Amino acid sequence: MNDILIKNGRVIDPADGLDAVADVAVAKGKIVGVYPAAGAQAGSPHPKKAAKGRKAAKAKQVIDAAGKIVCPGLIDLHVHCREPGHEEEETIASAAAAAVAGGFTTICAMPNTHPPMDDETAMNYVLQRSAQAGLARVLPVGCITKAREGKELAELGLMLEAGAVAFSDDGDGVASSSVMQRALQYARMLDVPLMQHCQDPDLIGGVMNSGAVAVRLGLGGIAASGELIMLRRDLELVERTGGRYHVQHVSSAGSVELIRQAKAAGLPVTAEASPHHLLLTEAACTTYDPNFKMNPPLRSAADVEALREGVADGTICCLATDHAPHAREEKELEFGLAPFGVIGLDCALGLYAKALIDTGLMDWPELIRRMTINPASVIRRPYGTLAVGAPADVTVIDPAANWTVDVSAFTSRSRNCPYHRWRLAARPVTTIVGGQVKFAL
Amino acid sequence: MAKKASSSSPRAARPHAAHPAPMPAGARGEQAGQRQFIWTRKDLLGLDELSAVEIVHILDTAESFKEVSTRSIKKVPALRGKVVALMFFEDSTRTRMSFELAASRMSADMLLFTAKGSSVAKGETTLDTVRNIEAMGVDIFVIRHNQSGAPHMLARHVKASIVNAGDGQHEHPTQGLLDIFTIRQRLGRVAGLKVAIVGDIAHSRVARSNILGLKKLGAEVVVVGPPTLVPSAVTAMGCTISHSLDDVLGEVDVINMLRIQMERFGGSLFPSLREYSRLYGLNSQRLKRCRKDVLVMHPGPINRGVELTSDVADGPNSCILQQVTNGLAIRMAVLYLVSRGRE
Repeated sequence: MNDILIKNGRVIDPADGLDAVADVAVAKGKIVGVYPAAGAQAGSPHPKKAAKGRKAAKAKQVIDAAGKIVCPGLIDLHVHCREPGHEEEETIASAAAAAVAGGFTTICAMPNTHPPMDDETAMNYVLQRSAQAGLARVLPVGCITKAREGKELAELGLMLEAGAVAFSDDGDGVASSSVMQRALQYARMLDVPLMQHCQDPDLIGGVMNSGAVAVRLGLGGIAASGELIMLRRDLELVERTGGRYHVQHVSSAGSVELIRQAKAAGLPVTAEASPHHLLLTEAACTTYDPNFKMNPPLRSAADVEALREGVADGTICCLATDHAPHAREEKELEFGLAPFGVIGLDCALGLYAKALIDTGLMDWPELIRRMTINPASVIRRPYGTLAVGAPADVTVIDPAANWTVDVSAFTSRSRNCPYHRWRLAARPVTTIVGGQVKFAL
Repeated sequence: MAKKASSSSPRAARPHAAHPAPMPAGARGEQAGQRQFIWTRKDLLGLDELSAVEIVHILDTAESFKEVSTRSIKKVPALRGKVVALMFFEDSTRTRMSFELAASRMSADMLLFTAKGSSVAKGETTLDTVRNIEAMGVDIFVIRHNQSGAPHMLARHVKASIVNAGDGQHEHPTQGLLDIFTIRQRLGRVAGLKVAIVGDIAHSRVARSNILGLKKLGAEVVVVGPPTLVPSAVTAMGCTISHSLDDVLGEVDVINMLRIQMERFGGSLFPSLREYSRLYGLNSQRLKRCRKDVLVMHPGPINRGVELTSDVADGPNSCILQQVTNGLAIRMAVLYLVSRGRE
């Protein structure tokens, strides 16, 4: 007998090209099979599967997913868990809880903690805390350089053995060209992606996008050219080294175009976009509300447009939240003094759907592809699919929940979210990790 | 001799709606047949958010307050029983003293806060500092802060009125207002004038308030300086850019010379003071190429020999001290209006 049977949902598994009303059976933590729904119309193209499905209909727990979408568990490549160092803002356990509440079954923990996670002990620590929490899988990303100082390579090989899925100095880009070149050589040898926060540190000097809005507000600008300069340099190094390279939180139209060209040239480049860069513009900064202060900053409407197109045409193949919790008192500071970043795990899915589906740019299978199999293939983990035998990570989505974002009800420990009181359509209703229901609305 | 004290009772610090102030056509039209304008704002955060009518209303109100300073007893009870807290998180001399005197002349009780040696020096946040002082019962906070938007942040969190006395590189609305007031006083109008603002536009709150206010009242504004001090996006505020002071000298009615903040940006944004002064300083040779009645302004403090030579700063075209005098009337008007807006 199966452990869980998710019945009558619209099952979407982009890894398998599947989009049909079906039942998903789970046992012993694995996907047992996907069967045409028992109630599906006669003349099913898979009579054998249908027969199997009738057998599978017996399960300890049956979840009725009629009218819902059933898909592989969502994966977020970019989360700040703040542990160790700022447990008052978030912990690995609280981030994992916010993840399952947002439909995510796997999240990648960025290493810009205090101290920075730059050795195998830190990788083990994340995995251990993740196992203890027993919610979403939290996978460690190690620093590219020791202490995230950008000077010497961290022990990438040892961290990889300990379970690192990628490396990043996120929060800062690796400024030194020679260090980045060596890191990419190692990435090539180890077949692991380097995730770069593209920003020339010499050009930052500001707190929001540079341009007319920043000038009017008297706030220092962060020009898109700072992102482009590092990206251009890196692409040159990627071409020379062949190391796998992932562009974090792409924010500008110019970067989208550069990535598009690099992919066309066959370079091993992937990229991600955050909800805020797909939904908000620099105009939001006019109230000096630090909940609109992020790095990279919110940019122009033209950048948002280009980003959405880049996601739609596959140039930006992954969606990632850049969930960045901060304490209330920090976000109540003056705009110039408050830290960068906003949270997003709890409501990301609805935001992505608003930016990409409600606008007619893509359909659900394409959106889910960018949140499941695509990020899974960046980190080379066997998640993001409903294939038989795959770990039973499943998310059930109500595409028409029509709910109102209430930050006070979030699972995250922090509240620095710019979407309070937004009306969103889609919302995850059930999250299953390794065959166990970890979240049910 | 004291003036007809009976006709203007001590309470008479009331704006004259019928004051014959020159107004731009648009502003006049908005007033729909000169109906009594009612000020409703409890805060003055910047000129960006004000309409032309509101700006003119402040200027007209200041006009009536100017008279107070000519009396033998220079005091009106307009803010009697009110508490004005001057919160100077950043150093200031003339703006602080101007607000102090303005509040005194309105009979307000006054609290003065300066960041040095205060709770802020002990690590208290701006918001906590202001909340604590508000708990003592403050009606108006006058805020000077080195962070752009600090008054806006405070206005979201406190009930008292907030008056921006200069926030970072954003706005210095009372300076903008007193500059415009002085222009109107000296030249009789604002609409149709051409005003050059010269210097570090990028980092100047005085420049922003001037550009926004002057544009709203129908003046033309050209900002002048090297590209490292004049962001090209400033044109979105409605002004034009020139990199040559000599090119604009002959065509402007007003030249407002901004202070080069040597203490802040030493050396990195332009090659040398010597070169800056040669390219963008106003001296008597350049003044000769201007219109005879050109108005020379400076928000102070002057770096003599850098922005202005002494003969120009102290010459007949200069209205620098008049600006300071007018600042008092503007600040009295602003304190009066926001306290009324709160009620």
